[in-house]
Formats: sequence, structure tokens, C-alpha cells
Amino acid sequence: MYKTVLQGVLGVAALAVTATAASAGTLDDVKAKGFLQCGVNTGLPGFASPDDKGDWSGFDVDYCRAVAAAIFGDPTKVKFTPLTAKERFTALQSGEVDVLIRNTTWTISRDTSLGLDFAGVNYYDGQGFMINAKKLSGINSALQLSGASVCVQAGTTTELNLADYFSANKMEYNPVVFEKIEEVNAAYDAGRCDAYTTDQSGLYAIRLGLANPDDHVVLPEIISKEPLGPAIRQGDSQWADVIRWTHFALLNAEEAGITQANVEEMKNSDNPDIKRMLGSEADTKIGTDLGLSNDWVVNVIKGVGNYGEIFERNIGTASPLKIARGINALWTKGGLQYGMPIR
Amino acid sequence: MASQDIAESGRESPGVSFLYDPKIRGIFYQAVVFIAIITLIYWIVGNTVANLQRSNIASGFGFLKGRAGFDVSQSLVQYTSDSTYGRALYVGFLNTLYVAIIGIVTASILGFLIGIGRLSQNWLIRKICLVYVEVFRNIPPLLVIFFWYFGVLSVLPQARESLSLPFSSYLNNRGFSFPAPVWGHNAGLIGIALIVGLVLSFLVARWARKRQMATGQIFPVYRTAAALILGLPLLAFVVTGFPLSFDLPKLGTFNLSGGAQVKPEFLALYLALSFYTAAFIAETVRAGILGVNKGQTEASYALGLRPGQATRLVVIPQALRIIIPPLSSQYLNLTKNSSLAIAIGYPDLVAVGGTILNQTGQSIEVVGIWMVVYLGISLITSGLMNWFNAKMALVER
Ligand SMILES: N[C@@H](CCC(=O)N[C@@H](CS)C(=O)NCC(=O)O)C(=O)O
Repeated sequence: MYKTVLQGVLGVAALAVTATAASAGTLDDVKAKGFLQCGVNTGLPGFASPDDKGDWSGFDVDYCRAVAAAIFGDPTKVKFTPLTAKERFTALQSGEVDVLIRNTTWTISRDTSLGLDFAGVNYYDGQGFMINAKKLSGINSALQLSGASVCVQAGTTTELNLADYFSANKMEYNPVVFEKIEEVNAAYDAGRCDAYTTDQSGLYAIRLGLANPDDHVVLPEIISKEPLGPAIRQGDSQWADVIRWTHFALLNAEEAGITQANVEEMKNSDNPDIKRMLGSEADTKIGTDLGLSNDWVVNVIKGVGNYGEIFERNIGTASPLKIARGINALWTKGGLQYGMPIR
Repeated sequence: MASQDIAESGRESPGVSFLYDPKIRGIFYQAVVFIAIITLIYWIVGNTVANLQRSNIASGFGFLKGRAGFDVSQSLVQYTSDSTYGRALYVGFLNTLYVAIIGIVTASILGFLIGIGRLSQNWLIRKICLVYVEVFRNIPPLLVIFFWYFGVLSVLPQARESLSLPFSSYLNNRGFSFPAPVWGHNAGLIGIALIVGLVLSFLVARWARKRQMATGQIFPVYRTAAALILGLPLLAFVVTGFPLSFDLPKLGTFNLSGGAQVKPEFLALYLALSFYTAAFIAETVRAGILGVNKGQTEASYALGLRPGQATRLVVIPQALRIIIPPLSSQYLNLTKNSSLAIAIGYPDLVAVGGTILNQTGQSIEVVGIWMVVYLGISLITSGLMNWFNAKMALVER
């Protein structure tokens, strides 16, 4: 429980003791280490959660694996560090993790004053509320929540949006704030609060773990924009490129119809775009310029599949969460996901 | 080896090189350690500054003036999400002090009772107190907190099925709600009467002590003081025409609204800290009482004191001398253990500070504030206890 304090102190210690001599870029460090250290959730089904054998799976986890595959050609060369909302930035700043892929919202203050950079948006989300419809049958809008006790996790944008939403709508509430997600879940399940608020994707994931998932409904209001994406330490543009282009490669692969199953065949495609992306063009520098091998996209897709496959497997209709693609569909299908051209 | 050491230390220095002079050696080693520490500090500070600049993390205490943006579930002073980070830290600080102070008071009362109970003539009381001490002393405080929070308070009924207690109070898993007193017109007079009562009691006590010293006559100080302190405000209450009404808790859509409420997070922390620390205080008290020579009690009986007087006037003052120093460290422990609050979401200094640290990234500043505040609280507590100890110490004539 002294973990927050410990985190803070470790952060301070890391700042104090780390050598100042210009350290090599993160990419070189990771290559030298032989594996990627990825900061993820402590346990949010569908996004990042360990099974009983300690194997991690989830949407964010597959993003970590994709980066490992891009660098090493092997999606298993990754170690996971579970982080609470409060711990995550200190862990990244102090170098405990190489990249933070943990449903983290891209905001200006995080981008500018925490020493972070964001490499893209792998999931467009928004904050919502969940209530127990059995107990509170008359409630069907967040605007009816005046006077409620609301469970929320500390150190999140959620906490801030919650305060803004209630004060903007001149409503009262009692915040019930915990550090760890299990504590928030337990408190909500035990009836310590009337409503649970977090990113909507998170609400669906959390609902699955409650005692009676069917008793709970997510209210229709979305009170904020939560663009979630991978974060890295500021000022390492080579590393930022690796993460960013891995994300774009996943999107472009989906757009071009390259899947885990057909990627080997696709290498022989006549389509110049696909040939270029998969590094089968003659004298290509598509990977080496990035500090990777030229077949890095092949490795990524062979390792984890394209964006659509990652989505479906972990949080989409093929998963217990059953989240629709919605605004996370490709731009060609009316969504916001748009991969910059690989050329 | 040993024999050589003895031989060396026995040897006097004249004629031997100054390298072997223990004084010069001592100074030399102190200088080395001093220089090493200064170098280390210099290196750490330089490194920190350089790393901070390199990693683009903001620094300085300017952030304290920024808007906090988050709400805090319990606040002793006015606070909204529009207040500053500085104000939020202040709220957390007061919450820490609040739980620590009333925890210390409760733990002391409980601890004294149980410590005395451990020495009781009654077998059952003695054993109950023994079991209490052994149980709470051997469980980590965090588990005691969880016991109260998850084991006792969160299994209480929901708001709609609250347990009704006397005087329109209710207990449910959102806490304890009770009628809040609302003072009417001229109610200030009651407060003034209370202060007057306190001052008068103090004066009476002083006068009685002087008179007893001079003439040996005993004055019933306690009864008079009780009459003054309770009687005067009561009189004022009647004279001003009972200016008191109550705001009763009522069931709203979600919670009980109105009245006053104590949250379960606070209750769990408060009860856990009090019960846990009381076990240690009980042992300190028992040791203190046992540390007073039996002859002291016998001598007071021989002088004609009644058993109650002997305990109060002879045994306890001497026992306190033994009890106070270890008691101070129990108080410090309780205050520091209050930072376990974070486990159950009580917004103490560490919890609030952690949120601010996460939002602003200014770990050095926030950790610095934590250290200074806890150090400050500890020094003040020790200072007060030392003063109390000095007052209680044997005055040698
Ligand atoms: N997107 C928000 C909230 C992210 C967040 O921490 N969400 C919670 C609730 S869905 C979570 O994932 N907790 C998992 C954990 O602490 O391991 C942010 O970046 O501040």
C-alpha cells in the first residue's frame, strides 16, 4: 500500500541517480536488452489481463506484441509491467517501462508537462456511467445522478471529467475514490456507490467481472473525449517513429486486406502498395530507415494480425465484450482510424 | 587479532608517527566521510536537475497555484474542484491530522483501560485484555484496516435498508448518519458560558491547591468543576430559550441526505488505527505501572491514603514517567500509519498528494512536501511529549 509513496520516491530516486550521459535511444536499449518492457493495465479484461498461468492477453497487450514483432520479428519478446493509473507516468518517466500502452488518454497537459509524447490513438473512447438498473430502475440518464455516490479510480482523466460534468450540470455527488481497479470494482459491487464512471470501453470490460453483469447498464451519455494511445518518453523521435508506424502498419494492413493468415501470400502480390509495405520491393529501405528490418510489417502481421483482427479478437464481436467498431472503424468505413501512407 | 588491538590501544603516542594518533585519525576519517557525503549530495542534486531538464518535466512549486480539477470525498474546509492544488494538499493534510488526533485520543483511552485491565484482580478481565493485546499487536495494521472496512462496514445494509438507531441516526454501508445540530439565535451565549465555566474551574482548582498546601484542607474540586462546566452552559441554554433544532437525515433517491455523516473510509481507518495502537499503549501502560515499586503503594497506605488516592497521587505520577517516552513513539507510529488510508480511499495527505503527483508529474516537489509535513508533525508531537515528560519528571530539590 505504500506503493504510491514508493512510486513517487522511486521516481525521484531515478531522476537523482540515473546517469546524465546522453543515453542511447530507447530502440537501441531495447535491442540490446533483447526484449520490450511494456507498461499495461493491472487487469482490465479485453485490454490487458493475465490468465491463471500469468500469460497476458488483450487489445493493449497485442499492441505491445506488435511492437516486439516489429523490432525482433518475434511477438513474444515482451515483458509486461502492470501499472495502476497513478503509477503509470512515473514508471515511464523513470525508465521502468519502454512504452506505456495502457488505455491512456492523450491530453495537452500530459503531452506537455509530464515529459511524455503520444504516438497515436489506438482506440477512440469517451467517458460514461454504469449503474445497477435493478436497484435504480428509474434512472436512465446521467443527468438524474444528482446526489449519487460515484466510484472512480484515482489519477485518471475520469476523475477530472467527473468533477467538471457534475459542476457544469449543477449537480451534487459524493466521489468514492480508490487507487486500484479491484478496489473500485469491489466497492461498486458491494453498493458503496450508485454509479461507476470510466471510459466506456472500460465499463463494458468491468461489467463482465461483476457478480451479476446483467443487472448493470451503461447510461447513454458520453461526457468526454478519451483518445487512448501509446505513450513514450519525450524527445526520442526514433522510438516514437517505431511505435507510431507500427500502429499505422496495423491500420494499413487492415485497409489493404492483409491478415495474419494471408500475409505470406501477399508478399508476392502485384499491388505496389502492398509490395512496398511488406518490404518485397527491390532495394527497399522501408524498414532499415526506421532502424528495423525491411520485413518488419510482415513480422507484425504474422505475430498479431491487423488492427481489425486485434480488435475483433479482444474486444469486438468475437469476444465477450462485444464492442462495435463504431468510430474505431477504418476511415474507409466511416470511422476515425486512418493509417498514414507507408511509402 | 584481539591481543594486538589491546596492545595498540594501550600504547601512548609520543615518538610514534602522527598517523597513529587516534585524535588525528578520528578527524581524518570524519573529514573523509564529510567530503564523501557532500560530493554525493552535489552529484545527486546536479544529476537530478540535469535529468529533470532532459526529460521535460516541469519543476518548481508554481503548480500549487494551479486548479486542481478533482473532488475530494471528505474535507474539513471549503473545497471544490476549482480550488488550487495547494488547497487540495491542505485538505489532505487536515484529514491526516484529523484522523491522527482523534485516533491518538481514542487509542490512549482504550490503551490505558486495557493496560490497567491486564493487571486487574479479575481473571476474566485480565484474560480478555491479554487476548486483545496479543491479537492486535500481532496483525499488521493494514489488515486491521481491511477488517474494519471490508469485514464490518461494507457488509452493513444499503442506504434504503439502513439500520435505524436511536435519535434518528442511521447506519448503512455509506457510513453513519446522525442529526446535525442547528444552533439558533443567541446560541453563542452558550459557548461563552462554557468558556467562562472552564476558566472558573481552572481558577478554583488553583485556589484549592494553594489552600491545601497552606492549610491541608481538601476542597471538592472535581465536583465543583463539573458543576461549572456543565451547569453554566445549561443555564445559558435555558435562558436563551432553547435555541437548538436538528437537521435530520432523510432518504433521497440515492443516499440519506441532510444531517451529518461520517464516511466508512474514515471510520474504518480511525477504528483500525485506534484499536491497533491501543494494544501497544496497553503494554506500555502495564509496564509503567509494574515499574513502580510495590513499596510505594504500601507506604501510601501507611500514610493513610485510600487505595484510589494512592493510585492517583502516588502510583500514576510515577508510572507516567516510565510511560510517556514510549508513548510518544506510539503516537508517531499512529500518525505515520494513517498514510495506509490510501488502501481504502480515505483522502489523506498521501492519497491527495499522489493524485497531484500523477497529474502534474512533479514528484520531487510532492515527495518533498510529504517528507516535510510528516517530519513537521513528528517533531511537533515529540516536542509536546517532551514538554509533558519534563513536567512529569522528578523535580529534584
Ligand atoms: N483513459 C483514462 C482512464 C484510464 C484508466 O486508468 N482506466 C481504468 C478504468 S477502465 C483502468 O483501466 N484501470 C485498470 C488498472 O488500474 O489497472 C486516463 O488515461 O486517465
